[in-house]
Amino acid sequence: MCHQSVGLVARHVEAAGIPTLCMTSALDITKSVNPPRAAFLDYPLGHTTGKPNEPELQRRILSEALSAFVSLETPGSVRKLPFRWSEDEGWKEKAFAQGDERTPRVATPQYQCEEDRRLAEGGGSPSCAVCVPPE
Amino acid sequence: MEPVAYIPRIRDNYARLGYPEYKWARNGDAPPWTPLPGPLSRCRLGLAASGGIYVAGQVAFHHKDDISLREIPADAATETLRATHFAYDLSDARTDPNVVFPIDTLRRLVREGFLGSVADRFYSFMGGIYSARRVVEDLAPRLAERFRQDGVDAVLLVPV
Repeated sequence: MCHQSVGLVARHVEAAGIPTLCMTSALDITKSVNPPRAAFLDYPLGHTTGKPNEPELQRRILSEALSAFVSLETPGSVRKLPFRWSEDEGWKEKAFAQGDERTPRVATPQYQCEEDRRLAEGGGSPSCAVCVPPE
Repeated sequence: MEPVAYIPRIRDNYARLGYPEYKWARNGDAPPWTPLPGPLSRCRLGLAASGGIYVAGQVAFHHKDDISLREIPADAATETLRATHFAYDLSDARTDPNVVFPIDTLRRLVREGFLGSVADRFYSFMGGIYSARRVVEDLAPRLAERFRQDGVDAVLLVPV
């Protein structure tokens, strides 16, 4: 759904006069939504802009992707980025094929750690002037 | 090897779980188009990402139909960024948020002159939103208005 939501936002923002580029690692969902421009990275979900702690690779991925702002000239086209997650691509067999691995849909904030909860419930960090309360 | 076909896999998962089939947004028409106003090295870039990133001190996303936004200051310290989401493996995003929220990468591309600048603030939301209508009628207009206020020349969007 993330890829669908982002594609829909892209179409709206572009129609409002601001050019957009969608990263994507789910090509079929992106093609269905059909955003103005997209850059496809053939990685497992959760790594749309690179691998952890590999800043050089992250830089190459993002600079190649952003170049699509200039190179793509047809609405709805997708630039395929020249990166592979691994040689064997065994991750593709497992991706999303093993049932529902999502966490329960609860209506309370899901903090990464208890310290974050204390900070937020205490009115936010003093250094954070721009906290947006949930709507 | 071909890209993973997620739509059939999600359809099969839903059928196995007894959920009704999900109706994906299908846009067969040509999408809207606005050309980039100049070279990237002179553009001011905005960012919105759906990976559930928040800054320590902010209220985290909840996992039930949450379409709220968080503002992430463009100069936020990377170690204060957190990730919460119901639908993807968070371990790498919690190790290095740049895998779904490329804040250091963008700051570096500005330092190197590849990009002109970035907006003062970025946006984060949690993108597992089932209702396409709520995205189109609520989330997308709010984000478009923010980007207009921020005076960006182009926007990068990052799903998970």
